[in-house]
Amino acid sequence: MITAMGTPSDAHVLVLAGGLSYERDVSLRSGRRILDTLRAAGLSAELRDADVSLLPTLREDPPDAVVIALHGATGEDGSLRGVLDLCGVPYVGCSATASRLAWDKPSAKSVLREHGIRTPDWVALPHDRFSELGAVAVLDRIEARLGLPLMVKPAQGGSGLGASAVRESPALSAAMVGCFAYDSTALVEKYVTGMDVAVTVVDLGEGPFALPAVEIVPRNGVYDYAARYTAGLTTWHTPARLSPAVASAVADTALAAHKALGLRDLSRVDLIVDEDGLAYVLEVSVSPGMTETSLVPLAAEAAGLDFGGMLAGLVSRAIARGAS
Amino acid sequence: MSGTTQDDYTDRYARRVRGMTTSEIRALFAVASRPEVVSLAGGSPYIAALPLDAVGEMMGRLAAESGATTLQYGIGQGTLELRERICEVMELSGIKASPDDVVVTVGGQQALDLVARLFLDPGDVVLAEGPTYVGALGVFQAAQAQVRHVAMDADGLIPEALEAAIREAGGRAKYLYTIPTFQNPAGVTLSEERREVILDICERHGLLVVEDDPYGTLSFEGEAPRPLRARRRDGVLYLSTFSKTFAPGLRVGWILAPHAVREKLVMASEANILCPSAFAQHAVTQYLSTMPWREQIKSYREIYRERRDAMLDALDGLMPPGTTWTRPNGGLFVWVTLPEGLDAKAMMPRAIAARVAYVPGTGFYADGTGTGHMRLNYSFPAPERIREGIRRLSGVMEQELAMRAVFGPTTPHRRRGRAAADTPGPDLA
Repeated sequence: MITAMGTPSDAHVLVLAGGLSYERDVSLRSGRRILDTLRAAGLSAELRDADVSLLPTLREDPPDAVVIALHGATGEDGSLRGVLDLCGVPYVGCSATASRLAWDKPSAKSVLREHGIRTPDWVALPHDRFSELGAVAVLDRIEARLGLPLMVKPAQGGSGLGASAVRESPALSAAMVGCFAYDSTALVEKYVTGMDVAVTVVDLGEGPFALPAVEIVPRNGVYDYAARYTAGLTTWHTPARLSPAVASAVADTALAAHKALGLRDLSRVDLIVDEDGLAYVLEVSVSPGMTETSLVPLAAEAAGLDFGGMLAGLVSRAIARGAS
Repeated sequence: MSGTTQDDYTDRYARRVRGMTTSEIRALFAVASRPEVVSLAGGSPYIAALPLDAVGEMMGRLAAESGATTLQYGIGQGTLELRERICEVMELSGIKASPDDVVVTVGGQQALDLVARLFLDPGDVVLAEGPTYVGALGVFQAAQAQVRHVAMDADGLIPEALEAAIREAGGRAKYLYTIPTFQNPAGVTLSEERREVILDICERHGLLVVEDDPYGTLSFEGEAPRPLRARRRDGVLYLSTFSKTFAPGLRVGWILAPHAVREKLVMASEANILCPSAFAQHAVTQYLSTMPWREQIKSYREIYRERRDAMLDALDGLMPPGTTWTRPNGGLFVWVTLPEGLDAKAMMPRAIAARVAYVPGTGFYADGTGTGHMRLNYSFPAPERIREGIRRLSGVMEQELAMRAVFGPTTPHRRRGRAAADTPGPDLA
């Protein structure tokens, strides 16, 4: 028997969630949602943590495909994908190499810029550069070069953890300290004022396409961890309230970013659209959140795509890759 | 087009629900449940030390042989048999009481809630130690009361600070909430001398005392000073629980209150939960009647003393200069004061990356202060895990100190929202 999206109904899917990253809790929520959705779509799916029991399981009872719902380092830095490649287990999403590139924001931004895709001006610096050269002098140069306001965030990481907007010089030091608690390298970006949007890019076999952009309006003005994962603290508009021309340009930018980074199957591109309608790519997630307050399920719904069917379709692609 | 907030009830919640949000710190605690992380963040007793086979057999018999009673509804006040046993337990601490004046509750937490329901109107003031138990802060917030913290030193509440707080509250203070013995989170004990002084102050000002005593029997050096309730019958409500001496999973606690208050507590409890679990009450009664519970408490004291020693030794040997900590004579916690400029909450991600967890001090203050402190638990992790945890923690603090040296002093972040946002859920060991 074959399901609607062409997935063999006896396929066994392993959903990986949890892990040791700061986003463990979000990941567990994403994982459970994916699990329920796949099961509702008629697939046999199982949820498990990425821990010491994983590799023995993969060897003894190899799944037909893995869905990686791990957020943060393990799920997105490419390392787990590399291990799955070693085990010969196919997975949904991009390759280990592409994942590693997208995960490191400064590297990804360089690639985007080389491809002519707009991204806010930035500097990326490891913490020891500040101790070597003197924090005050370095921060002064950053501020002189990029101007206020600034966005400070960990070079690697998601969910807004360790990120803060800096509007006045005295707040910059605290923002750096807060950021370095999460990562040894900080990305300092020019703050672009505008509309926050997220575009999901999906490829179900006929090439990547962009789902309608989701506009993000946090109630307190800041899309931090609480605003992302507490229902009621953020309003999402899908599709984003953009003119058709700008919406189309935003979709093109997201698609271009997905391709430039060599991504596959699914990604979420976070952008900011300034008052002139110019779209800047902030970051790209290769393992986007799938929680009740996440953007990919919202975008799928707005596109009239059945979320379960979409996930099942992505699983079929992974299984087909494994077979080839 | 209006968009969605994924919560269709946003505009309908009660005012007291404001601030109930997820938090970054809660997200970090999710990682602490993995075995790779040494969690010094919990507050769990070491249940593995119980004779679990015997307890299991006893529970099986309770269902098989007397299920018609033990699985039925019970009475609001709790069974007489358990209340009699509770009086025997309290007698260990020098409290003489009648089972009539005892109300059985669903853990100490419901006891706190019932007392708040009885005495607090919105806007009323509760005086509490600073820092204090986060679960109590949650109850006071739900009652829309204001908390004024009263400072402590190594001998517990400072009498002058209490006098000053009562004056400042200007008659709006309804009660003093205090954990005088092996305080959570500070680990300090109100000294023998101060007990009388504090009681005199409260009596003079007509201030009710709510004495929370979950840890009093877990003393490492001799017996703890007698509870406040053992000294005064009037004006003191005494709260305790079997969560630290037997099993928190059963959720059985109690309140000892003067007759008139007890009547109202029973009515409030019936309105609140109908009755406490009959099965759990019978389990505790059986445990206290047929098993060597006094020896079990002694065994807990020995286990926790060894772990406390391991933690204090490790702190003595490894903490960076400028760090200070309390030296508890009982209970489950050590309270650490960080070197100037360190912020325990801001340091949390670094600690999680180093695979160690603690609770930042901000979780124990209603006003969002406490950034320069952390609470460490020693009752659950084994001594070698404690030593490893402190070793990791000292590395984290050294790194953070180096970072602070580079970037200079910064204003500490004050917590917004509930204290509970900065503490783990009850399941984290």
